[in-house]
Amino acid sequence: MAERVLALRVNGETHRVLTSDHRTLLEVLREDLALTGTKHGCDVGECGACTVLLDGRPVLACLVLVSQVATGSVTTIEGLVEGGKPHELQSAFAELGAAQCGYCTPGMILSASALLDEVAQPDTDEIKAALTGNLCRCTGYNKIIEAVELAADRGQL
Amino acid sequence: MSAGNHTVVGRRLPRVDALQQTTGQTQFADDLNPPGALVGRQLRSTHAHAAITSIDTVEAAALPGVKAVITGADLPITYGILPVSQDEHALALHRVRHVGEPVAAVAAIDAETAERALALIHVKYEPLTEVVTLDQALDPDRPLIHGEGDGQNVHRTAALEFGDVAEGFAAAGHVREDVYFFGGNTHAALETHAAVASCSPEGKVTLWSATQVPHYVHRALAKVLDIPAGRIRVIATPNGGGFGGKTDPFSHELVAAKLAMITGRPVKFNLSREDVFYAHRGRHPVLMWVKTGFESDGRITAMHFKSFLDGGAFGSYGTASLYYTGALQTSTYRIPNYCFEGMRVFTNKPACGPKRGHGTPQARFAIESQLDKAAADLGIDPVAIRVRNAVEPFSTTVNHLRITSCALNECIDAVVEQSGFHQKHGQLPEGRGVGLALGCYMSGAGLPIYFNKMPQSEVQLKVDRGGGVTVYSGATDIGQGSTSMLATVVAECLGLEPAELTMITADTDLTPVDLGSYSSRVTFMAGNAALEAATKVRTRLVEAVAAKLEAAVEDLEVANGRVGVLGDPESGVSWTEAVVLATAATGPLVESGSYTAPKLAGPYKGAGVGISPAYSYSACVVELEVDADTGMVDVDRVWIAHDIGKALNPLLCEGQVEGGVYMGLGEVLFEEQAFRDGLHRGPSLLDYKIPTSLETPTVHTTLIESDDPEGPYGAKEVGQGPLLPVIPAVANAIHDALGVHIDEVPITPDKIVAAMRDAARGGSGRVGPKGVPDFDFGELIRVEPPEGFVAP
Ligand code: FES
Ligand code: FES
Repeated sequence: MAERVLALRVNGETHRVLTSDHRTLLEVLREDLALTGTKHGCDVGECGACTVLLDGRPVLACLVLVSQVATGSVTTIEGLVEGGKPHELQSAFAELGAAQCGYCTPGMILSASALLDEVAQPDTDEIKAALTGNLCRCTGYNKIIEAVELAADRGQL
Repeated sequence: MSAGNHTVVGRRLPRVDALQQTTGQTQFADDLNPPGALVGRQLRSTHAHAAITSIDTVEAAALPGVKAVITGADLPITYGILPVSQDEHALALHRVRHVGEPVAAVAAIDAETAERALALIHVKYEPLTEVVTLDQALDPDRPLIHGEGDGQNVHRTAALEFGDVAEGFAAAGHVREDVYFFGGNTHAALETHAAVASCSPEGKVTLWSATQVPHYVHRALAKVLDIPAGRIRVIATPNGGGFGGKTDPFSHELVAAKLAMITGRPVKFNLSREDVFYAHRGRHPVLMWVKTGFESDGRITAMHFKSFLDGGAFGSYGTASLYYTGALQTSTYRIPNYCFEGMRVFTNKPACGPKRGHGTPQARFAIESQLDKAAADLGIDPVAIRVRNAVEPFSTTVNHLRITSCALNECIDAVVEQSGFHQKHGQLPEGRGVGLALGCYMSGAGLPIYFNKMPQSEVQLKVDRGGGVTVYSGATDIGQGSTSMLATVVAECLGLEPAELTMITADTDLTPVDLGSYSSRVTFMAGNAALEAATKVRTRLVEAVAAKLEAAVEDLEVANGRVGVLGDPESGVSWTEAVVLATAATGPLVESGSYTAPKLAGPYKGAGVGISPAYSYSACVVELEVDADTGMVDVDRVWIAHDIGKALNPLLCEGQVEGGVYMGLGEVLFEEQAFRDGLHRGPSLLDYKIPTSLETPTVHTTLIESDDPEGPYGAKEVGQGPLLPVIPAVANAIHDALGVHIDEVPITPDKIVAAMRDAARGGSGRVGPKGVPDFDFGELIRVEPPEGFVAP
């Protein structure tokens, strides 16, 4: 398989990676860029653990080929931290116990952040709908929903 | 200790590592990438039952980039989590026993090469007759899965009688016999199993693994690799969910270590989602028969319970699972005469093992469903029949379980009142119903898995000269928050904040042994060990400061980062000064604590299962709506009360309750590890559906504090118990909604529709198993009730 150099825009920085076109964004993020905050629970688009933002919209990194993002801008969980300060969602998830094992958490937070970018004060049903592609096996989702609500409220201040 | 005095216990604090989790910094096993690491892959059996006649690895080994290929012959020593079931090979030797069983393994420079190499391994199989169902396992003309020739594939039997059930039934005014089936299901932790192994030039093997039981993995590695345990280090990485699914030593762990020894390079395995369905060790499918005698007021006079477990291909925890199906009936209800007969068979499917509640949810479903039927027969309401039989605090059960703190009645009151159960039961419109059920679980298995007299948990504390406290514990955080629990206990005792402590956990080189995160044992056992170590440190600090202040030791307190006279914080010295004083006075400030459960086992074989230093209790009411035409169930609200002894951190405890409710709902409504012959019907998260955010009902959680006399600060377990009542509460609510009995889990829409049709045709409106096999459980062991046991 032919390899080529791609310039990937990730978390506001440009990374040059030598890679073949058929590798997934998930593989390149985790293996080449050491951004292991992006998790994987199935590698085939069933669990949502690998959710990242592509130009602000949530995508499943396991289903995106790295060649497809050559022109886009990717945000991972590491990129939500700004100037050493966690994002409102990251703080709210921590405070309210929305992460138990924490494995679904990065994907969950990125899906939630895409929602909050679109709807500043979503209601419970909108939150549930936005997170339905992100499976969590630990929490039963209620604390996650509360954390999104808390972050939304704080975002309004 | 009175609740009011705590500074840390009882506060809703985040996990100590919460921000690491939410910012993506937590390092799970698959996030570790040591330089030069090779990628490991396993070749898995395509047959459910077959003899391996040859394996040719020559081509695979010759592929450029392949560094090693191994087969069963390279790791011939058997292992298994229980000493009585050493029946697994790291890679199948001579025979495969289920589809997906690892047969060979490779280590290669990258995943693609490793996968190409697997395709070049040529295995010749000679298929054997499959044994897939309970009936097939009992067929004497099928081949033995373990052993040669034909015969019944019975792994284990149990037959115990406590008191005299015949007498009990004779005294009963009403006797019911019911049959239930609980389909198997799996943990489906979001993180798939992963492990990284390395081997130093000196021959020291290190394994990082997503395991709940680093200590047992350590032992299995020493056995199978045939090297001294001292040359092996096991580090449990934070588990991305466990639920019992990472509680056995697994093939990929042993194979990774072997491949690292052969290649001299780190080797990483990450199971695919499909592989995890084959690794399994999930909930056993259990067929159950239960006969219970009642007096006219609902009091139980006797119970006879039979269970038939479909264990899959290996022993795993199965012997314990079997006994667990019969052990905890008596810890919720006072049953004066009790008989338990059970058996477990081998089948050609992935091995079953422990999943949240280990062997008890199946029985719980059966007896709680039957209680509702009996209450209806007797014209008593479901609350009254339970209250009438509820076990009492500080009592002993007929099968010799020691009950200490128990707030079962308070749990019932809480959910009945909050849900308005009495106003709703039998009174909601058609298609809407409420159901009640209870549960009980152990705060840790009373005995270790292998016989020994050493402590079940040890904790060490080190206080450095700058005042920093480091806690060393073998306890493994699987998401349940064990590390935060330890920090809470130590911080409370030393007057510090949990976030100030440094936590070193689950590393066999650095931390003392804790047996592992299973049986809901960590808070009780590691928590008590931590409290003992912290208390020793505290005593030394207080003595040193008392000497300086010329005050009496009893007049001093350690709180808010100071050690001083009670009620006068300014009087004393800062934490750091106290540490310096103590170190100067008595040397390095290093202490250890340990926990060993009291001797609790009754005088009979099998008494080791079910005993625990304390039991948690739960009660649950579910309100739901069922569409009578489609059978679709919509769970609207769940009220659950859990007797936790003491909520060390209510935020994290609630999380465990909510997670247990969620997992119970998935099990009762749609999850099933189902097979077509020996083939898994859908080893993926697309086919094996688990609840999403859309299926999440509102959960009202009440934590009830019964202040256990032996728990750390009075605490008991919360990780498993709350799942138990959820499943039968749903079944009972469906009956309340539609009048049909679905005596089989999962309660899928097709079963509800079938029951409705049956009822419409004038049938009983019941869907469930028709009967149980006629089976000889062997000689019944008759056990006298404990001395002083009084029948209620
Ligand atoms: S890893 Fe599961 S959806 Fe991508
Ligand atoms: S917190 Fe464990 S999967 Fe969501």
